Amino acid sequence: MSDITLGQYYHQKSLLHRMDARVKMMLMIGYIVIIFLANNLPSVLLMGLCTLFYIALSKVPLRLYFKGLGAIWFLVLLTAILNCLYVPGHELFTIWKFTVTFEGVRQSCYVAARLICLILISSILTFTTTPTELTAAIESLLSPLKLFGVKVHDLAMMMTIALRFVPTLLEETEKIMSAQKARGADIGSGGAFKRIKAVVPILIPLFVSAFRRAYDLALAMECRCYTDGKGRTKLNPMKIKFRDVAGFIVASALAAGIILLRTVPHWRVLIAGAGEFIGRFL
Amino acid sequence: MAIIETRELSLVYGQGSALEVTALDKCSFSIEAGEVLGVIGHTGSGKSTLAQLLNGLLKPTSGKVLLDGKDIWGKPKEIRRVRFDVGLVFQYPEYQLFEDTVYKDIAFGPKNKGLKGDELDRAVREAAEFTGLKPELLEKSPFDLSGGEKRRAAIAGVMAMRPRVLILDEPTAGLDPHGRERILDRVLEYRDKTGSAIVLVSHSMEDIARVSDRVLVLNHGRAEMCDPTAAVFSRGEELAAMGLRVPQVTEIFLELKKLGVDVNTSVYTVKDGLAQVLRLLRGGAENNE
Repeated sequence: MSDITLGQYYHQKSLLHRMDARVKMMLMIGYIVIIFLANNLPSVLLMGLCTLFYIALSKVPLRLYFKGLGAIWFLVLLTAILNCLYVPGHELFTIWKFTVTFEGVRQSCYVAARLICLILISSILTFTTTPTELTAAIESLLSPLKLFGVKVHDLAMMMTIALRFVPTLLEETEKIMSAQKARGADIGSGGAFKRIKAVVPILIPLFVSAFRRAYDLALAMECRCYTDGKGRTKLNPMKIKFRDVAGFIVASALAAGIILLRTVPHWRVLIAGAGEFIGRFL
Repeated sequence: MAIIETRELSLVYGQGSALEVTALDKCSFSIEAGEVLGVIGHTGSGKSTLAQLLNGLLKPTSGKVLLDGKDIWGKPKEIRRVRFDVGLVFQYPEYQLFEDTVYKDIAFGPKNKGLKGDELDRAVREAAEFTGLKPELLEKSPFDLSGGEKRRAAIAGVMAMRPRVLILDEPTAGLDPHGRERILDRVLEYRDKTGSAIVLVSHSMEDIARVSDRVLVLNHGRAEMCDPTAAVFSRGEELAAMGLRVPQVTEIFLELKKLGVDVNTSVYTVKDGLAQVLRLLRGGAENNE
Protein backbone atom coordinates (compact mmCIF):
# COMPACT_ATOMS: atom_id res chain seq x y z
CA MET A 1 0.00 0.00 0.00
CA SER A 2 2.95 2.27 0.59
CA ASP A 3 3.57 2.69 -3.14
CA ILE A 4 0.55 4.95 -3.54
CA THR A 5 2.07 8.33 -4.20
CA LEU A 6 0.13 11.39 -3.29
CA GLY A 7 -0.62 13.45 -6.35
CA GLN A 8 2.04 12.62 -8.85
CA TYR A 9 4.52 15.43 -8.49
CA TYR A 10 7.78 14.47 -10.16
CA HIS A 11 10.76 16.40 -8.93
CA GLN A 12 12.68 17.92 -11.81
CA LYS A 13 14.10 21.29 -12.81
CA SER A 14 12.29 22.49 -15.88
CA LEU A 15 10.68 25.64 -17.17
CA LEU A 16 7.25 24.13 -16.53
CA HIS A 17 8.20 23.30 -12.94
CA ARG A 18 9.26 26.88 -12.31
CA MET A 19 6.21 28.46 -13.90
CA ASP A 20 3.55 30.01 -11.71
CA ALA A 21 0.96 27.41 -10.75
CA ARG A 22 -1.91 29.81 -11.47
CA VAL A 23 -0.74 30.39 -15.04
CA LYS A 24 -0.31 26.65 -15.55
CA MET A 25 -3.75 25.94 -14.19
CA MET A 26 -5.44 28.55 -16.39
CA LEU A 27 -3.59 27.26 -19.44
CA MET A 28 -4.64 23.73 -18.63
CA ILE A 29 -8.29 24.70 -18.37
CA GLY A 30 -7.96 26.65 -21.63
CA TYR A 31 -6.42 23.68 -23.42
CA ILE A 32 -9.07 21.30 -22.15
CA VAL A 33 -11.72 23.50 -23.73
CA ILE A 34 -9.76 23.79 -26.96
CA ILE A 35 -9.21 20.05 -27.15
CA PHE A 36 -12.92 19.64 -27.64
CA LEU A 37 -12.92 22.22 -30.39
CA ALA A 38 -10.33 20.38 -32.48
CA ASN A 39 -12.36 18.49 -35.04
CA ASN A 40 -10.34 18.09 -38.17
CA LEU A 41 -7.01 16.56 -39.10
CA PRO A 42 -4.82 19.71 -39.01
CA SER A 43 -6.15 20.91 -35.66
CA VAL A 44 -5.94 17.46 -34.05
CA LEU A 45 -2.38 17.09 -35.33
CA LEU A 46 -1.33 20.48 -33.99
CA MET A 47 -2.96 19.67 -30.68
CA GLY A 48 -0.99 16.43 -30.45
CA LEU A 49 2.22 18.21 -31.33
CA CYS A 50 1.53 20.88 -28.68
CA THR A 51 0.97 18.16 -26.07
CA LEU A 52 4.22 16.42 -27.00
CA PHE A 53 6.03 19.76 -26.93
CA TYR A 54 4.86 20.46 -23.37
CA ILE A 55 5.70 16.91 -22.28
CA ALA A 56 9.23 17.39 -23.60
CA LEU A 57 9.44 20.75 -21.81
CA SER A 58 8.42 19.16 -18.50
CA LYS A 59 11.48 16.82 -18.55
CA VAL A 60 9.33 14.14 -16.91
CA PRO A 61 10.01 10.65 -18.37
CA LEU A 62 7.49 9.75 -21.06
CA ARG A 63 6.85 6.34 -19.53
CA LEU A 64 5.39 8.00 -16.43
CA TYR A 65 2.83 9.74 -18.62
CA PHE A 66 1.85 6.47 -20.23
CA LYS A 67 1.67 4.77 -16.85
CA GLY A 68 -0.79 7.51 -15.90
CA LEU A 69 -2.91 6.64 -18.93
CA GLY A 70 -3.23 3.08 -17.57
CA ALA A 71 -6.91 2.63 -16.80
CA ILE A 72 -7.97 5.25 -19.33
CA TRP A 73 -7.15 2.99 -22.30
CA PHE A 74 -10.35 1.09 -21.69
CA LEU A 75 -12.40 4.27 -21.85
CA VAL A 76 -10.58 5.42 -24.98
CA LEU A 77 -11.22 2.09 -26.68
CA LEU A 78 -14.87 2.03 -25.68
CA THR A 79 -15.64 5.53 -26.96
CA ALA A 80 -13.69 4.86 -30.13
CA ILE A 81 -15.69 1.70 -30.85
CA LEU A 82 -19.01 3.39 -30.10
CA ASN A 83 -18.12 6.26 -32.42
CA CYS A 84 -17.13 3.82 -35.15
CA LEU A 85 -20.53 2.19 -35.05
CA TYR A 86 -22.89 5.10 -34.70
CA VAL A 87 -21.62 7.83 -37.02
CA PRO A 88 -23.47 7.75 -40.37
CA GLY A 89 -21.64 8.26 -43.66
CA HIS A 90 -19.92 6.33 -46.44
CA GLU A 91 -20.06 2.63 -45.71
CA LEU A 92 -16.73 0.84 -45.33
CA PHE A 93 -17.91 -2.62 -44.30
CA THR A 94 -20.73 -4.25 -42.38
CA ILE A 95 -20.52 -6.89 -39.67
CA TRP A 96 -23.86 -8.44 -38.78
CA LYS A 97 -26.07 -5.43 -37.97
CA PHE A 98 -23.29 -2.90 -37.49
CA THR A 99 -22.08 -0.70 -40.28
CA VAL A 100 -18.68 0.91 -40.03
CA THR A 101 -18.39 4.14 -41.96
CA PHE A 102 -15.41 6.18 -43.09
CA GLU A 103 -16.69 9.16 -41.08
CA GLY A 104 -17.12 6.91 -38.05
CA VAL A 105 -13.53 5.69 -38.16
CA ARG A 106 -12.29 9.26 -38.62
CA GLN A 107 -14.44 10.52 -35.76
CA SER A 108 -13.33 7.76 -33.41
CA CYS A 109 -9.68 8.52 -34.15
CA TYR A 110 -10.26 12.15 -33.27
CA VAL A 111 -12.13 11.27 -30.10
CA ALA A 112 -9.39 8.89 -28.97
CA ALA A 113 -6.71 11.48 -29.69
CA ARG A 114 -8.65 14.10 -27.77
CA LEU A 115 -9.14 11.89 -24.72
CA ILE A 116 -5.47 10.95 -24.63
CA CYS A 117 -4.43 14.59 -24.98
CA LEU A 118 -6.85 15.54 -22.23
CA ILE A 119 -5.28 13.11 -19.77
CA LEU A 120 -1.74 14.00 -20.83
CA ILE A 121 -2.35 17.74 -20.49
CA SER A 122 -3.78 17.41 -17.01
CA SER A 123 -0.91 15.07 -16.07
CA ILE A 124 1.55 17.75 -17.13
CA LEU A 125 0.05 20.04 -14.50
CA THR A 126 0.12 17.46 -11.71
CA PHE A 127 3.61 16.22 -12.62
CA THR A 128 5.12 19.68 -12.52
CA THR A 129 3.20 21.23 -9.63
CA THR A 130 3.32 20.21 -5.97
CA PRO A 131 -0.02 19.72 -4.18
CA THR A 132 0.81 22.75 -2.01
CA GLU A 133 1.30 24.94 -5.07
CA LEU A 134 -1.92 23.60 -6.54
CA THR A 135 -3.98 24.54 -3.50
CA ALA A 136 -2.33 27.96 -3.35
CA ALA A 137 -3.20 28.43 -7.02
CA ILE A 138 -6.80 27.38 -6.48
CA GLU A 139 -7.07 29.77 -3.55
CA SER A 140 -5.69 32.61 -5.63
CA LEU A 141 -7.82 31.86 -8.69
CA LEU A 142 -11.00 31.53 -6.64
CA SER A 143 -10.35 34.68 -4.61
CA PRO A 144 -12.83 36.77 -6.65
CA LEU A 145 -15.56 34.59 -5.13
CA LYS A 146 -14.82 36.27 -1.79
CA LEU A 147 -17.03 39.10 -3.01
CA PHE A 148 -19.95 36.70 -2.85
CA GLY A 149 -19.09 35.58 0.67
CA VAL A 150 -17.42 32.30 -0.25
CA LYS A 151 -14.70 31.45 2.30
CA VAL A 152 -12.01 30.71 -0.23
CA HIS A 153 -9.19 30.66 2.30
CA ASP A 154 -10.98 28.12 4.47
CA LEU A 155 -11.61 25.91 1.47
CA ALA A 156 -7.96 26.03 0.49
CA MET A 157 -6.87 25.30 4.05
CA MET A 158 -9.19 22.30 4.16
CA MET A 159 -7.72 20.98 0.95
CA THR A 160 -4.18 21.48 2.21
CA ILE A 161 -4.92 19.67 5.46
CA ALA A 162 -6.68 16.83 3.67
CA LEU A 163 -3.71 16.34 1.37
CA ARG A 164 -1.31 16.56 4.29
CA PHE A 165 -3.08 13.75 6.12
CA VAL A 166 -3.34 11.24 3.30
CA PRO A 167 0.10 9.68 3.92
CA THR A 168 -0.40 9.81 7.70
CA LEU A 169 -3.69 7.98 7.51
CA LEU A 170 -2.29 5.45 5.06
CA GLU A 171 0.45 4.64 7.52
CA GLU A 172 -2.13 4.40 10.27
CA THR A 173 -4.26 2.04 8.18
CA GLU A 174 -1.29 -0.22 7.70
CA LYS A 175 -0.59 -0.28 11.43
CA ILE A 176 -4.19 -1.07 12.32
CA MET A 177 -4.31 -3.78 9.68
CA SER A 178 -1.21 -5.43 11.13
CA ALA A 179 -2.63 -5.20 14.63
CA GLN A 180 -5.91 -6.84 13.63
CA LYS A 181 -4.08 -9.48 11.63
CA ALA A 182 -2.06 -10.22 14.77
CA ARG A 183 -5.41 -10.98 16.40
CA GLY A 184 -6.14 -13.46 13.64
CA ALA A 185 -8.25 -11.22 11.42
CA ASP A 186 -8.59 -12.68 7.96
CA ILE A 187 -8.33 -9.78 5.57
CA GLY A 188 -8.67 -10.07 1.82
CA SER A 189 -10.08 -13.55 1.51
CA GLY A 190 -13.52 -15.13 1.45
CA GLY A 191 -16.70 -13.93 -0.24
CA ALA A 192 -17.82 -10.34 -0.77
CA PHE A 193 -19.83 -10.19 2.45
CA LYS A 194 -17.00 -11.63 4.51
CA ARG A 195 -14.60 -9.16 3.00
CA ILE A 196 -16.80 -6.20 3.78
CA LYS A 197 -17.23 -7.44 7.34
CA ALA A 198 -13.45 -7.75 7.66
CA VAL A 199 -13.07 -4.03 6.95
CA VAL A 200 -15.01 -2.94 10.03
CA PRO A 201 -12.19 -3.67 12.54
CA ILE A 202 -9.94 -1.46 10.42
CA LEU A 203 -12.33 1.38 9.59
CA ILE A 204 -13.57 2.07 13.10
CA PRO A 205 -10.15 2.56 14.69
CA LEU A 206 -9.14 4.57 11.64
CA PHE A 207 -12.08 6.97 12.03
CA VAL A 208 -11.47 7.27 15.75
CA SER A 209 -7.86 8.14 15.11
CA ALA A 210 -8.73 10.59 12.31
CA PHE A 211 -11.05 12.48 14.66
CA ARG A 212 -8.43 12.44 17.40
CA ARG A 213 -5.87 13.88 15.00
CA ALA A 214 -8.33 16.51 13.81
CA TYR A 215 -8.96 17.68 17.38
CA ASP A 216 -5.24 17.73 18.14
CA LEU A 217 -4.51 19.70 14.99
CA ALA A 218 -7.29 22.21 15.67
CA LEU A 219 -5.95 22.74 19.16
CA ALA A 220 -2.37 23.11 17.92
CA MET A 221 -3.49 25.64 15.30
CA GLU A 222 -5.44 27.66 17.85
CA CYS A 223 -2.44 27.61 20.19
CA ARG A 224 -0.49 29.28 17.42
CA CYS A 225 -3.22 31.89 17.04
CA TYR A 226 -4.56 30.69 13.70
CA THR A 227 -7.46 32.79 12.47
CA ASP A 228 -9.23 32.74 9.14
CA GLY A 229 -7.80 34.25 5.98
CA LYS A 230 -7.99 37.93 6.91
CA GLY A 231 -4.63 39.61 7.22
CA ARG A 232 -2.60 36.44 6.78
CA THR A 233 0.51 36.69 4.64
CA LYS A 234 2.23 33.94 2.70
CA LEU A 235 5.72 32.56 3.25
CA ASN A 236 6.21 32.20 -0.49
CA PRO A 237 3.95 34.72 -2.21
CA MET A 238 3.24 33.84 -5.81
CA LYS A 239 4.60 36.33 -8.32
CA ILE A 240 4.10 36.49 -12.06
CA LYS A 241 7.52 36.66 -13.69
CA PHE A 242 8.75 37.14 -17.24
CA ARG A 243 8.77 33.40 -17.95
CA ASP A 244 5.11 33.18 -16.94
CA VAL A 245 4.09 35.97 -19.31
CA ALA A 246 6.24 34.52 -22.10
CA GLY A 247 4.92 31.01 -21.50
CA PHE A 248 1.38 32.27 -21.47
CA ILE A 249 1.82 34.10 -24.78
CA VAL A 250 3.44 31.11 -26.52
CA ALA A 251 0.84 28.69 -25.23
CA SER A 252 -1.99 31.04 -26.18
CA ALA A 253 -0.54 31.46 -29.66
CA LEU A 254 -0.45 27.69 -30.12
CA ALA A 255 -3.98 27.43 -28.82
CA ALA A 256 -5.08 30.11 -31.23
CA GLY A 257 -3.38 28.12 -33.99
CA ILE A 258 -5.50 25.09 -33.13
CA ILE A 259 -8.68 27.16 -33.31
CA LEU A 260 -7.61 28.68 -36.63
CA LEU A 261 -6.81 25.29 -38.15
CA ARG A 262 -10.27 24.21 -37.19
CA THR A 263 -11.60 26.51 -39.91
CA VAL A 264 -9.39 25.01 -42.65
CA PRO A 265 -12.28 23.68 -44.75
CA HIS A 266 -13.67 27.18 -44.81
CA TRP A 267 -10.29 28.42 -45.99
CA ARG A 268 -10.50 26.16 -48.97
CA VAL A 269 -13.82 27.66 -49.82
CA LEU A 270 -12.35 31.08 -49.27
CA ILE A 271 -9.30 30.37 -51.41
CA ALA A 272 -11.39 28.75 -54.10
CA GLY A 273 -13.74 31.69 -54.00
CA ALA A 274 -10.87 34.12 -54.17
CA GLY A 275 -9.36 32.17 -57.09
CA GLU A 276 -12.62 32.30 -58.97
CA PHE A 277 -12.93 35.98 -58.21
CA ILE A 278 -9.41 36.70 -59.51
CA GLY A 279 -9.99 34.37 -62.45
CA ARG A 280 -12.85 36.49 -63.67
CA PHE A 281 -10.54 39.40 -64.05
CA LEU A 282 -7.90 37.45 -65.96
CA MET B 1 13.14 -27.27 24.01
CA ALA B 2 12.94 -23.74 22.71
CA ILE B 3 9.46 -22.60 21.65
CA ILE B 4 10.83 -20.16 19.12
CA GLU B 5 14.18 -20.21 17.48
CA THR B 6 15.46 -17.91 14.78
CA ARG B 7 18.20 -18.84 12.37
CA GLU B 8 20.14 -16.12 10.59
CA LEU B 9 16.95 -14.11 10.35
CA SER B 10 17.23 -11.14 7.98
CA LEU B 11 14.81 -8.64 6.59
CA VAL B 12 15.61 -6.07 3.92
CA TYR B 13 13.02 -3.40 3.10
CA GLY B 14 12.76 -2.24 -0.50
CA GLN B 15 15.18 -4.85 -1.76
CA GLY B 16 16.77 -3.95 -5.07
CA SER B 17 15.65 -0.32 -4.94
CA ALA B 18 17.75 2.72 -4.13
CA LEU B 19 16.09 2.91 -0.71
CA GLU B 20 17.22 -0.53 0.43
CA VAL B 21 17.32 -0.74 4.22
CA THR B 22 18.51 -3.76 6.18
CA ALA B 23 16.20 -3.79 9.18
CA LEU B 24 17.42 -7.08 10.57
CA ASP B 25 20.71 -8.75 9.84
CA LYS B 26 21.26 -12.47 10.50
CA CYS B 27 19.72 -12.68 13.96
CA SER B 28 19.92 -16.03 15.69
CA PHE B 29 18.51 -16.61 19.16
CA SER B 30 15.95 -18.74 20.94
CA ILE B 31 13.15 -18.31 23.45
CA GLU B 32 12.36 -20.96 26.05
CA ALA B 33 8.94 -21.65 27.51
CA GLY B 34 8.31 -19.76 30.75
CA GLU B 35 11.07 -17.22 30.30
CA VAL B 36 10.93 -13.46 29.86
CA LEU B 37 13.18 -12.19 27.11
CA GLY B 38 13.77 -8.44 27.13
CA VAL B 39 14.60 -6.81 23.80
CA ILE B 40 16.42 -3.49 23.85
CA GLY B 41 17.96 -1.32 21.15
CA HIS B 42 17.89 2.29 20.03
CA THR B 43 15.15 3.63 17.75
CA GLY B 44 15.38 1.95 14.35
CA SER B 45 17.49 -0.96 15.57
CA GLY B 46 14.98 -3.49 14.27
CA LYS B 47 12.97 -4.26 17.41
CA SER B 48 9.53 -3.81 15.88
CA THR B 49 10.57 -5.60 12.71
CA LEU B 50 11.75 -8.55 14.79
CA ALA B 51 8.43 -8.64 16.66
CA GLN B 52 6.48 -8.80 13.38
CA LEU B 53 8.77 -11.48 11.95
CA LEU B 54 8.19 -13.72 14.95
CA ASN B 55 4.43 -13.94 14.36
CA GLY B 56 4.58 -14.02 10.60
CA LEU B 57 3.25 -10.55 9.84
CA LEU B 58 6.44 -9.95 7.90
CA LYS B 59 8.16 -12.54 5.79
CA PRO B 60 11.93 -12.79 6.25
CA THR B 61 14.15 -11.99 3.27
CA SER B 62 16.37 -14.86 4.37
CA GLY B 63 16.69 -17.09 7.41
CA LYS B 64 14.00 -18.88 9.36
CA VAL B 65 11.70 -18.58 12.32
CA LEU B 66 11.13 -21.99 13.90
CA LEU B 67 8.06 -22.52 16.08
CA ASP B 68 8.38 -25.83 17.95
CA GLY B 69 11.16 -26.67 15.53
CA LYS B 70 9.02 -26.10 12.41
CA ASP B 71 9.52 -23.26 9.94
CA ILE B 72 6.50 -20.94 10.26
CA TRP B 73 6.65 -20.22 6.54
CA GLY B 74 6.67 -23.93 5.71
CA LYS B 75 3.01 -23.64 4.65
CA PRO B 76 2.46 -19.96 3.76
CA LYS B 77 -1.31 -20.46 3.56
CA GLU B 78 -1.49 -21.42 7.20
CA ILE B 79 0.49 -18.46 8.49
CA ARG B 80 -2.64 -17.19 10.26
CA ARG B 81 -2.42 -20.10 12.68
CA VAL B 82 1.02 -18.99 13.84
CA ARG B 83 -0.54 -15.77 15.12
CA PHE B 84 -2.65 -17.63 17.65
CA ASP B 85 0.46 -19.27 19.09
CA VAL B 86 2.61 -16.17 18.91
CA GLY B 87 0.54 -13.23 20.18
CA LEU B 88 1.75 -9.76 19.36
CA VAL B 89 0.65 -6.65 21.23
CA PHE B 90 1.58 -3.60 19.18
CA GLN B 91 2.69 -0.23 20.48
CA TYR B 92 -0.28 1.82 21.71
CA PRO B 93 -2.61 -1.17 21.26
CA GLU B 94 -5.58 0.84 22.58
CA TYR B 95 -5.90 2.42 19.11
CA GLN B 96 -7.01 -0.89 17.64
CA LEU B 97 -10.11 -1.30 19.83
CA PHE B 98 -13.23 -1.24 17.67
CA GLU B 99 -16.16 -3.20 19.08
CA ASP B 100 -19.04 -1.62 21.00
CA THR B 101 -18.23 -3.45 24.21
CA VAL B 102 -14.95 -4.46 25.82
CA TYR B 103 -16.21 -8.04 25.98
CA LYS B 104 -16.75 -8.25 22.21
CA ASP B 105 -13.42 -6.64 21.54
CA ILE B 106 -11.54 -9.14 23.68
CA ALA B 107 -13.53 -11.92 21.99
CA PHE B 108 -12.35 -10.85 18.50
CA GLY B 109 -9.07 -12.80 18.68
CA PRO B 110 -10.33 -16.06 20.20
CA LYS B 111 -13.34 -15.99 17.83
CA ASN B 112 -10.96 -15.80 14.88
CA LYS B 113 -9.15 -18.74 16.44
CA GLY B 114 -12.41 -20.67 16.24
CA LEU B 115 -13.56 -20.67 19.87
CA LYS B 116 -17.33 -20.73 20.48
CA GLY B 117 -19.88 -20.68 23.27
CA ASP B 118 -18.64 -21.48 26.77
CA GLU B 119 -15.07 -21.88 25.65
CA LEU B 120 -15.11 -18.39 24.15
CA ASP B 121 -16.76 -16.93 27.23
CA ARG B 122 -14.18 -18.54 29.48
CA ALA B 123 -11.28 -17.27 27.33
CA VAL B 124 -12.62 -13.69 27.45
CA ARG B 125 -13.28 -13.67 31.20
CA GLU B 126 -9.92 -15.25 31.96
CA ALA B 127 -8.10 -12.70 29.84
CA ALA B 128 -9.96 -9.89 31.59
CA GLU B 129 -8.90 -11.37 34.90
CA PHE B 130 -5.26 -11.72 33.76
CA THR B 131 -5.16 -8.04 32.95
CA GLY B 132 -7.08 -7.00 36.05
CA LEU B 133 -10.13 -5.62 34.26
CA LYS B 134 -13.17 -5.62 36.53
CA PRO B 135 -16.06 -7.76 35.21
CA GLU B 136 -18.41 -4.74 35.11
CA LEU B 137 -16.06 -3.02 32.64
CA LEU B 138 -16.69 -5.80 30.11
CA GLU B 139 -20.09 -4.44 29.17
CA LYS B 140 -18.84 -0.87 28.71
CA SER B 141 -17.75 0.66 25.42
CA PRO B 142 -13.97 0.47 25.08
CA PHE B 143 -13.98 4.16 24.18
CA ASP B 144 -15.31 5.06 27.66
CA LEU B 145 -12.40 3.48 29.52
CA SER B 146 -9.45 5.37 30.99
CA GLY B 147 -6.09 5.26 29.17
CA GLY B 148 -4.64 2.52 31.36
CA GLU B 149 -7.83 0.45 31.19
CA LYS B 150 -7.91 0.71 27.41
CA ARG B 151 -4.34 -0.50 27.25
CA ARG B 152 -5.17 -3.46 29.47
CA ALA B 153 -8.30 -4.27 27.47
CA ALA B 154 -6.21 -4.33 24.29
CA ILE B 155 -3.62 -6.60 25.88
CA ALA B 156 -6.43 -8.85 27.12
CA GLY B 157 -7.58 -9.08 23.48
CA VAL B 158 -4.31 -10.81 22.63
CA MET B 159 -4.03 -12.84 25.84
CA ALA B 160 -7.49 -14.27 25.19
CA MET B 161 -6.04 -16.24 22.28
CA ARG B 162 -3.83 -17.94 24.88
CA PRO B 163 -0.62 -17.50 22.89
CA ARG B 164 2.28 -19.63 24.03
CA VAL B 165 4.58 -16.74 23.18
CA LEU B 166 3.37 -13.27 24.08
CA ILE B 167 5.26 -10.42 22.44
CA LEU B 168 4.67 -6.94 23.82
CA ASP B 169 6.03 -3.92 21.97
CA GLU B 170 6.51 -1.06 24.46
CA PRO B 171 3.50 -2.06 26.57
CA THR B 172 4.16 0.63 29.18
CA ALA B 173 4.79 3.61 26.87
CA GLY B 174 2.87 6.69 27.95
CA LEU B 175 1.53 5.23 31.19
CA ASP B 176 2.07 6.60 34.69
CA PRO B 177 4.43 4.69 37.06
CA HIS B 178 1.54 2.93 38.76
CA GLY B 179 0.09 1.85 35.40
CA ARG B 180 3.49 0.57 34.25
CA GLU B 181 3.97 -1.59 37.35
CA ARG B 182 0.50 -2.94 37.00
CA ILE B 183 0.89 -4.00 33.38
CA LEU B 184 4.26 -5.64 34.00
CA ASP B 185 2.89 -7.51 37.02
CA ARG B 186 -0.04 -8.74 34.94
CA VAL B 187 2.24 -9.94 32.19
CA LEU B 188 4.36 -11.86 34.69
CA GLU B 189 1.20 -13.35 36.15
CA TYR B 190 0.14 -14.53 32.70
CA ARG B 191 3.51 -16.17 32.30
CA ASP B 192 3.28 -17.86 35.72
CA LYS B 193 -0.23 -19.20 35.13
CA THR B 194 0.17 -20.37 31.54
CA GLY B 195 3.87 -21.17 31.34
CA SER B 196 4.11 -19.06 28.20
CA ALA B 197 7.21 -17.26 27.04
CA ILE B 198 7.19 -13.47 27.09
CA VAL B 199 9.08 -11.19 24.76
CA LEU B 200 9.17 -7.64 26.09
CA VAL B 201 10.37 -4.90 23.76
CA SER B 202 11.07 -1.71 25.68
CA HIS B 203 13.08 1.47 25.88
CA SER B 204 12.85 1.44 29.62
CA MET B 205 15.89 -0.30 31.11
CA GLU B 206 14.11 -0.25 34.48
CA ASP B 207 11.20 -2.30 33.08
CA ILE B 208 13.57 -4.69 31.37
CA ALA B 209 15.73 -5.16 34.46
CA ARG B 210 12.67 -5.76 36.59
CA VAL B 211 11.10 -8.59 34.61
CA SER B 212 13.60 -10.11 32.16
CA ASP B 213 15.45 -13.35 32.62
CA ARG B 214 17.54 -12.72 29.54
CA VAL B 215 18.09 -9.66 27.38
CA LEU B 216 18.55 -9.47 23.63
CA VAL B 217 20.42 -6.35 22.52
CA LEU B 218 19.84 -5.17 18.96
CA ASN B 219 22.09 -2.67 17.25
CA HIS B 220 21.58 -1.70 13.60
CA GLY B 221 19.64 -4.91 13.05
CA ARG B 222 22.30 -7.15 14.57
CA ALA B 223 21.89 -9.21 17.70
CA GLU B 224 24.88 -7.95 19.70
CA MET B 225 24.15 -9.77 22.95
CA CYS B 226 21.66 -12.35 24.13
CA ASP B 227 22.57 -13.15 27.72
CA PRO B 228 21.12 -13.23 31.24
CA THR B 229 20.02 -9.77 32.39
CA ALA B 230 22.86 -9.30 34.91
CA ALA B 231 25.48 -10.21 32.31
CA VAL B 232 24.10 -7.69 29.81
CA PHE B 233 23.84 -4.81 32.26
CA SER B 234 27.36 -5.45 33.55
CA ARG B 235 28.60 -4.31 30.13
CA GLY B 236 27.47 -0.72 30.61
CA GLU B 237 30.13 0.84 28.42
CA GLU B 238 29.29 -1.33 25.43
CA LEU B 239 25.61 -0.49 25.90
CA ALA B 240 26.41 3.23 26.04
CA ALA B 241 28.29 2.91 22.74
CA MET B 242 25.04 1.61 21.18
CA GLY B 243 23.02 4.54 22.50
CA LEU B 244 21.61 2.50 25.39
CA ARG B 245 22.27 2.68 29.11
CA VAL B 246 22.05 0.62 32.27
CA PRO B 247 19.15 1.10 34.71
CA GLN B 248 19.30 4.30 36.76
CA VAL B 249 19.80 2.43 40.00
CA THR B 250 22.86 0.71 38.53
CA GLU B 251 24.22 4.12 37.52
CA ILE B 252 23.90 5.29 41.12
CA PHE B 253 25.90 2.34 42.38
CA LEU B 254 28.56 2.86 39.72
CA GLU B 255 28.87 6.47 40.91
CA LEU B 256 29.06 5.36 44.53
CA LYS B 257 31.88 3.02 43.63
CA LYS B 258 33.72 5.92 41.95
CA LEU B 259 33.36 7.96 45.15
CA GLY B 260 35.17 5.21 46.98
CA VAL B 261 32.19 3.55 48.65
CA ASP B 262 32.72 -0.19 48.74
CA VAL B 263 29.59 -1.44 46.93
CA ASN B 264 28.72 -4.26 44.64
CA THR B 265 27.77 -2.64 41.28
CA SER B 266 25.74 -5.54 39.95
CA VAL B 267 22.49 -4.00 41.13
CA TYR B 268 19.77 -3.81 38.49
CA THR B 269 16.53 -3.28 40.34
CA VAL B 270 15.46 -0.81 42.99
CA LYS B 271 14.68 -3.71 45.31
CA ASP B 272 18.26 -5.06 45.15
CA GLY B 273 19.62 -1.55 45.51
CA LEU B 274 17.54 -0.93 48.60
CA ALA B 275 18.74 -4.16 50.18
CA GLN B 276 22.34 -3.22 49.62
CA VAL B 277 21.93 0.33 50.91
CA LEU B 278 20.26 -1.00 54.07
CA ARG B 279 23.09 -3.44 54.61
CA LEU B 280 25.63 -0.64 54.20
CA LEU B 281 23.81 1.63 56.65
CA ARG B 282 23.42 -1.08 59.28
CA GLY B 283 26.86 -2.61 59.04
CA GLY B 284 28.83 0.54 58.26
CA ALA B 285 31.20 0.69 55.33
CA GLU B 286 34.21 -0.76 57.17
CA ASN B 287 32.81 -4.20 57.94
CA ASN B 288 31.01 -4.62 54.63
CA GLU B 289 31.92 -8.01 53.27
